[in-house]
Amino acid sequence: MTLTGLLFQMLQIVVALALAPLLIGWVNQCRAWLSNRSAPPLTLPYRTIRKLFTKDAVVADNASPIFRITPYIVFGAMCCAAAIVPSLATALPFARAADAIALVGLFALARVFIALAAMDIGTSFGSLGARREMFIGFLAEPALLMVLFTASLISGSTSLATIVDAFAHRELGIYPSLAFAGVAFTMVSLAENARIPIDNPATHLELTMIHEAMVLEYSARHLALLEWASWLKLFNYSCIGLALFVPFGIASGDDWTALATAALALVAKLAVGGALLALIETLSAKLRIFRAPEFLGTAFMLAVLAMLVNLLLGS
Amino acid sequence: MNVAPLGLAAARLPAGVPAQRAQVSSGQFLTACRLAWEQGAQLVALWATDERDRRRGFCVRVALEDRDGLTILEHWLPTEDSRYPDLTPIFPAANRMQRTTYDLMGIGAEADDQRPWLWMASWPIDRFPLRRDFEASPKWEPGQEEYDFVRVEGDGVHEIPVGPVHAGIIEPGHFRFQIVGEKVLRLEERLGYTHKGVEKRFEAMTMAEGAKLAGRISGDSTVAYAWAYAQAAESIAEVVAPPRAAWLRALCLERERLANHLGDLGALGNDAGFAFGLAQFSRLREDVLRVNRTAFGHRLLMDVIVPGGVARDLEIGQALAMRDQANGMRAEILELRGIYDEHAGLQDRFRNCGAVSAELAAKLGMQGLAARASGIARDLRCDFPCAPYDTLAVRIASTGSGDVAARVAVRFDETLESLRLIDAIATRLLDPALAGDVYAPLPDTPAQRFAIGYVEGWRGPVFVALESGPGATIRRCHPHDPSWSNWPAIEHAVIGNIVPDFPLINKSFNLSYSGHDL
Repeated sequence: MTLTGLLFQMLQIVVALALAPLLIGWVNQCRAWLSNRSAPPLTLPYRTIRKLFTKDAVVADNASPIFRITPYIVFGAMCCAAAIVPSLATALPFARAADAIALVGLFALARVFIALAAMDIGTSFGSLGARREMFIGFLAEPALLMVLFTASLISGSTSLATIVDAFAHRELGIYPSLAFAGVAFTMVSLAENARIPIDNPATHLELTMIHEAMVLEYSARHLALLEWASWLKLFNYSCIGLALFVPFGIASGDDWTALATAALALVAKLAVGGALLALIETLSAKLRIFRAPEFLGTAFMLAVLAMLVNLLLGS
Repeated sequence: MNVAPLGLAAARLPAGVPAQRAQVSSGQFLTACRLAWEQGAQLVALWATDERDRRRGFCVRVALEDRDGLTILEHWLPTEDSRYPDLTPIFPAANRMQRTTYDLMGIGAEADDQRPWLWMASWPIDRFPLRRDFEASPKWEPGQEEYDFVRVEGDGVHEIPVGPVHAGIIEPGHFRFQIVGEKVLRLEERLGYTHKGVEKRFEAMTMAEGAKLAGRISGDSTVAYAWAYAQAAESIAEVVAPPRAAWLRALCLERERLANHLGDLGALGNDAGFAFGLAQFSRLREDVLRVNRTAFGHRLLMDVIVPGGVARDLEIGQALAMRDQANGMRAEILELRGIYDEHAGLQDRFRNCGAVSAELAAKLGMQGLAARASGIARDLRCDFPCAPYDTLAVRIASTGSGDVAARVAVRFDETLESLRLIDAIATRLLDPALAGDVYAPLPDTPAQRFAIGYVEGWRGPVFVALESGPGATIRRCHPHDPSWSNWPAIEHAVIGNIVPDFPLINKSFNLSYSGHDL
């Protein structure tokens, strides 16, 4: 572990923390423009966090410690995930400690705690949201794993850094297996990040909520951390997608100029990705919840197809 | 309806629609209602009046509508202990009206369901606010009420209480779901959170002041209420509003319908996760409201319609602006309708969601827009057109499937029809032949007169029963919202649907809380 490597690692976490609110602000702006509304400022998520941190937290009388520690665990898990997803560089000391399967595990850990916290205070909406979240989760996780396995098969490793290194340095070409995996991954990302068509992050209708229903009882700093964590999750998923499917521009050595280029490339790619996400969300309506298995089943099938194409055709 | 077979004498009632009133004895009450049902009548309203100061006890009144018009049956009860027959076996919608009548007047039906409806422990249970000798006491503290919800027992069945405080800024109502998994087994509503004693307040007002209060019963239907109230007040005073005023009233009513339908169409898209629809329809609605403001001085057209006419004439420039707006908006709405109709995700949410069959709708006595979406083609503007609708030939919008998609389709059809009507009315208002006064002052109104007003608002027919007291005061005023008949239908519409579809179903009805709770 070199000092530069460690610096890169720290820098990448800081960049993730700083850019995550910007990404969600950008997506919201694009959504507003696409439906002819005047857009909220790009910096609104930062202000939201600042506002929430200055408020007094209200916690239900019957809340157990699980309810209190969950925001920290979820936020921590997302920070760890930001550390192992190669968003800027691949020479990350932490990346060796955890591979793609561990990453899925980190997301699952956050999910379990947030669901436990939702059920902890015993409101009907919390349990409702938790139940739906687990329902979505058990369908989305296998599909996500399949996508990552396809990438592992191509590169011969489950370590994300190695996968991305391999992808970034191969010759340009069309990989049918990656095309299937890319579509599958997009679908899983929409579901996992509580976006339309699975969940609606802007809804005020408590009976239709999934993610929002679980955090309804949170306020102030707890809510700030959970919101920030959900934005980080979107950022992490975007970075996984970018690293796997458009890895160009990522810094592979410990070279500062490469890192600067990588940062610029990342911002550009996220801007395009965020606009695409906003476009998908504007064009679709929310699915009836029992259509979610069809949606995620399709994602899983595409991911399996990607793997089969890779195994059978070697492409 | 024809009450002659019962040996009853019916007196004609002055109103904007054909109406009659008949007195029935306790033996005839049920028979008359059953006969009315067999003749295709629906329950419009049920209310009671305190007549003890005239030494006549109490009077329970029932308004029924059929193809011949309105019939008001009056049933006199000598003492406060006497009961009247339960009408729910014939008209299920009577249930809540009977319970409300007991809460407010202390006159009970011989029914099984004796739970309170509007009473929420904010006054003692043995006091009845609508009685003439009622006096409120500042010492009364709001209490806790234990409402007896019907529970479903079984493996995996559980309850979700929703409201009255919601996650969004909407009116308060409580919904108790009995569900298994995501499937709704039963829904029970609990309303009354916005009860503010409107009927009692009327009794301290003069006929002229009452118009203002009538326009504030339900803000989204202010024109319909104001017109219905004006109809009743004018019938009592035996004046007819000038012809130009009638055209202006119809213009306001159609603009109110337009604004509300546009708002609902956007909100329905948004509730299905299609925010694009909300943005577009909100913009169109805002355009309508702004023209309202310039033309009549109020975005929602409050206090424009007054007994005797309208408060303000329309300038030529504004009439032209409304016509241009209606014609410009038609193309936009047709385009948006195309987007809604072709959107697979949206149609998947709308179709087969919250369906009410025509048979059920008739049995429940649904009214207005929701009934038309279930194939009950009734619209006062077509069935009993008052001036100026008698010359406008309104096309009724009705489909048969009764689901959310049908209620969306009826809204689109009515929106386009309202645009046509606005265009036609504005053109007519430009005609110099129609120039003239828009207001005829009401002479001193005679006391002890009873009259009704009945107007097709955007949600359905709005009913106002008005009785004058001495010195142009109001003796009793009972405004009745179509929501009374449609709220119970939502309980049926959601059965078998999934919980996350409830907000969409509820929004597709978009019923009034304030107009219902009074």
